[in-house]
Amino acid sequence: MTTTQKLPAIRGVHNAPLEEFYTSGHRTCQGCESALVMKLMIKAAGPRTVVLGSTGCMYVANTTYYSTPWVVPWMHTQLGSSGSAATGAAAGLKALMKKGKMKEEPINVISFCGDGGGADMGLSAISASLTHPEYNHLVLMYDNESYANTDIQVSGSSPWGAHTSFSPPGKARRIMHDRWKKNTAAMLAHGHPKSRYIATGCASYAVDLLNKVRRALTLGGPTFIHSFDPCPKGWDYDPRYSHELGMLAVETGLWVQWEIEDGVLRYSGPSRMIAIGRRKRKPIVEYLKRQGRFAHFTEEDIAYFQSQVDEIWEKWGTPGVSSVKLDLKGDRA
Amino acid sequence: MTTRTAEEAPVAGREELISGSEAIAQACALADIDVVTAYPIRPYDTVMQFLSRLIADGALKCEFIVAESEHSQFEIVKHASAVGARTFVGSSGVGWFYALEAIAVTAGLRLPVVALVGNRALDDPGAFGCEHNDALAVRDLGWLMNWVSTGQEALDTALIAWRVAEDPRVFLPCAISADGAFLTHSQQIVRVPDKRLVDRFLPPYNRGDLQLHPDNPITIAPQVNEDWLMEMRKQTDAAMRRSRDVIIEAYLDFNRIFHRDLTPFTEEYMTEDAEVILVGVGTLALPIKVAVRRLREQGQKVGFLRLKWFRPFPMPEVQKALSKAKAVGVIDRDYSFGSPMHGGVLAHEVRSALYDVEPRVPVVNFVAGLGGREITQPFAREMFAITQQAAQSGASDTQTHWIGVRENQE
Repeated sequence: MTTTQKLPAIRGVHNAPLEEFYTSGHRTCQGCESALVMKLMIKAAGPRTVVLGSTGCMYVANTTYYSTPWVVPWMHTQLGSSGSAATGAAAGLKALMKKGKMKEEPINVISFCGDGGGADMGLSAISASLTHPEYNHLVLMYDNESYANTDIQVSGSSPWGAHTSFSPPGKARRIMHDRWKKNTAAMLAHGHPKSRYIATGCASYAVDLLNKVRRALTLGGPTFIHSFDPCPKGWDYDPRYSHELGMLAVETGLWVQWEIEDGVLRYSGPSRMIAIGRRKRKPIVEYLKRQGRFAHFTEEDIAYFQSQVDEIWEKWGTPGVSSVKLDLKGDRA
Repeated sequence: MTTRTAEEAPVAGREELISGSEAIAQACALADIDVVTAYPIRPYDTVMQFLSRLIADGALKCEFIVAESEHSQFEIVKHASAVGARTFVGSSGVGWFYALEAIAVTAGLRLPVVALVGNRALDDPGAFGCEHNDALAVRDLGWLMNWVSTGQEALDTALIAWRVAEDPRVFLPCAISADGAFLTHSQQIVRVPDKRLVDRFLPPYNRGDLQLHPDNPITIAPQVNEDWLMEMRKQTDAAMRRSRDVIIEAYLDFNRIFHRDLTPFTEEYMTEDAEVILVGVGTLALPIKVAVRRLREQGQKVGFLRLKWFRPFPMPEVQKALSKAKAVGVIDRDYSFGSPMHGGVLAHEVRSALYDVEPRVPVVNFVAGLGGREITQPFAREMFAITQQAAQSGASDTQTHWIGVRENQE
């Protein structure tokens, strides 16, 4: 593995670098939390970084010809290719440096994708990218819980029952989307032992997210971060509440913030407080009732949703991370 | 075989008995490629087997990445090429199609990726023999395309491919087609040139101010939409047009440096005084040339024109070689269902090229050798005979003849 940039942890928001490398020129919606993720991601990484962006909101809304907000080199990649883009750029840089065709220096490679590009279409490429310990790169999946750029269609990462343009509540079927897949980072963490850092984050906890990006890039090798991004357009709420909704998702226990570094799991922020029993989870209805996409929910639906969150914390072997429980006593053979 | 090395001036290097795939792998080592991505599918994958061996043995220093799909395979080299790495990739048949999204944008991005297409049928139903529809799927997208017919030509053309593709006047990807099994897997004597000569022919890849690097913070492939897309498509068109002269230049240099006498776009075989000429690409050259010789012995004025490059289409060469013929028969190892003649792709292109030639030359279309079916001497003679009938009647025969196919199977 070539060397990485040593990016020290930021102690408090007042110590965050002032330089911006994602500036004016983007056309994201008012209240777009994913735009904030982009801004924090590159603020943490700094100027000696190559960014690759999958098709999605953060491509289409950000990178209009002649008005790109990216100060760092940036390149589009296909919807399902964030993992391949990261591998390709990192491998290319490494080969050129190793063979003396390019000046040797640690260059960060970050590839981002949305939940459609990452949790759905691009999963196999991200998985493959995490098996290459010799290449330094971070794949960041910004999860706004739908194909938000193309009209808010349901994605594999959309929450149970959410109203999207592919899952409208109707007379015959109130719940058109009854899948539940919210665990992409943990899924990747469990099958890729050579990835030194996999984490979840949320821009509502900005310093935490900055430091997770820095940790991933500093440790090197292939790494992955899954961020939870409230989306005013897709979730149907007033743009001023993005930050609050992110916090509510964490405080209700729906979104669990953690990091796995070299095989050791640590919860962060309120998730840690919940996990060690110092804080009670807020009821999920406080989160659900703030969003138009759940407006069709009945009391039963809310109760079911709550039961699923309860399960994450009360029944899973590792709350919020793994549903698997260890049973050493049982021997069915 | 059509290899002509015996007649040529001695070149520094060595002679080896190797397959077409191995010849391309040797070219990769000579070109000192930086990143290669592999994924298994027959028959192209033999090149990756040879390459992995060269890398394992230290004969080539390069990142060898086994991707988890063809789509990733082509995306990885695309991005490696953007940061300035010389790349090689390849696929066959439906694998090439699985990567088609990445293949399409690689041309749009003007990235000089070089790929081997080990031509294979598009199953279903299951078939891994040679057909050209895989490569032809990208004929409109801005890929430079050629078909090689011998192991020697495979090696030579690969070196030429990087030189042309990476020329800043071009910056287009290049697909080298090699007939599955017939070329990928058959061994011939190939002269492998000395690396020092290759270095004189092939300059390092320099992406210039298009390189993706922190020293050059550009944005590649932003949203342009109706505002700018047309101008950019026209730039790709201009690059493809410019590639013709760059190819000619490359062949001149190649012949000078390696003491060879290659023609850039086509190979004419006894076409000078030929009244009837068959046209085709790839390894079917061998049986057709044999048939030409046999028929010539009987006093028949027949010839063969092989297209080496397909994109850019060698319009002047095709017109010049065919304009004096009384009839032309085009052999397609592909199909274009529902096309004007219900025939193949190549025939329609050749027919289009001859539209303005006076007097207009009748064109007959043959679909032959699909799925790797052998094109035998009787089949070759049959195609010449049908084309001779068109020469006598003076009219194109637009019905398209399927050669060597079982009758009454509808």
